[in-house]
Amino acid sequence: MEEEMHTDAKIRAETGAGSSPRGPGCSLRHFACEQNLLSRPDGSASFLQGDTSVLAGVYGPAEVKVSKEIFNKATLEVILRPKIGLPGVAEKSRERLIRNTCEAVVLGTLHPRTSITVVLQVVSDAGSLLACCLNAACMALVDAGVPMRALFCGVTCALDSDGTLVLDPTSKQEKEARAVLTFAVDNVERKLLMSSTKGLFSDAELQQCLAATQAASQHVFRFYRESLQRRYSKS
Amino acid sequence: MAAGFKTVEPLEYYRRFLKENCRPDGRELGEFRTTTVNIGSISTADGSALVKLGNTTVICGVKAEFAAPPTDAPDKGYVVPNVDLPPLCSSRFRSGPPGEEAQVASQFIADVIENSQIIQKEDLCISPGKLAWVLYCDLICLDYDGNILDACTFALLAALKNVQLPEVTINEETALAEVNLKKKSYLNIRTHPVATSFAVFDDTLLIVDPTGEEEHLATGTLTIVMDEEGKLCCLHKPGGSGLTGAKLQDCMSRAVTRHKEVKKLMDEVIKSIKPK
Repeated sequence: MEEEMHTDAKIRAETGAGSSPRGPGCSLRHFACEQNLLSRPDGSASFLQGDTSVLAGVYGPAEVKVSKEIFNKATLEVILRPKIGLPGVAEKSRERLIRNTCEAVVLGTLHPRTSITVVLQVVSDAGSLLACCLNAACMALVDAGVPMRALFCGVTCALDSDGTLVLDPTSKQEKEARAVLTFAVDNVERKLLMSSTKGLFSDAELQQCLAATQAASQHVFRFYRESLQRRYSKS
Repeated sequence: MAAGFKTVEPLEYYRRFLKENCRPDGRELGEFRTTTVNIGSISTADGSALVKLGNTTVICGVKAEFAAPPTDAPDKGYVVPNVDLPPLCSSRFRSGPPGEEAQVASQFIADVIENSQIIQKEDLCISPGKLAWVLYCDLICLDYDGNILDACTFALLAALKNVQLPEVTINEETALAEVNLKKKSYLNIRTHPVATSFAVFDDTLLIVDPTGEEEHLATGTLTIVMDEEGKLCCLHKPGGSGLTGAKLQDCMSRAVTRHKEVKKLMDEVIKSIKPK
């Protein structure tokens, strides 16, 4: 039985300001990731960002229904369950975003006519939920051993009314913000894989957010690497 | 012979065209299909519009009804969009509960309305805490040939511009609403969000306004919704191949020109029906 790896990392960007843990500018909340905590799925991971927590499980490559099978690649399915209530239209929209992001990195052609299912359960939501879901999905796919051509991470930026950028906002910051942008970036070419935005913003602000996302994604990927190194070096 | 090649190797067939910087229907990579719009065709709806983007046809009908405003926002009304993709428009949709594509499109339209503040919800309030308008916007696709999001956004905008709400007064003695159907006024549309969709091919090439076949062969899609000041209401990129910053900039500039084209078309149509 693999040991559970609990890895903590407090991340602060070099350009972050002030001594407070959340100064204005680029600083991400406390991260934590736990892998292989569920026994039934082939891979599972729990990702924590501050108080936001998402549990992900991956089943696959497994048998696929004939109606859903694709002859030359794996069929990817994402199920997102909210903390309270039944899944609605918003969850369907998020599932599509996460599924397309995973499809872009998973090497589906190595497992044709199979299905890979990613199940995400929101445990607590304190802001930056979509980014946390993406990170949990990536860690779970790695734990399941699904072949991927790159890792990906999600980063959320919030722009408040005077244009200040806050990375990894809490729910209060998200509510007060003028615009909230979530991006998914891959770690090989650092290209933008997915983007989902809420609110009004200008082109210049978009470029600013993209630059901040690139910087923040470096930290997230370093955290992934450290977390996995610690897990495999022990056993 | 070309038809046979197209069936067996659709992607390769397509690449031959892309090499020459054009597409099978003769368009250039940055060219939109012919856009036509028809306003006010449904007489039973309070506002309606039919938009055709090449073969893709979407009709939007807006009905206004009374409702009690939400308790946490007693001075606001509601705008409820719903996108329906019936089996009529394409063989890939079955009858029954809305499929994923329809739900994603509905959520997208709801986000565009929310983000762009196209209507100030306070304008829909008749009596704070007691009565407000709810606008049910039903978008039905009649023919699915790709780029459904652009067509829906345009249809919604045109239909909302066409909506005429009757004047409502609350009778103080009976506390009932009295509707004066003879006195109607247009909605106050504050911004004009216009969507521009792109498809990404082979991780590098970007084409504008993909048709149904092109969407199927593409490795990723991107939709940008812009209003007239160049502000972005929505940057919707549901996964797919990665994009660099430079490519995004090209898309932005194309979205700006598209906004101008659509705005011109809208103004022409509105002008042609206003004198009633």
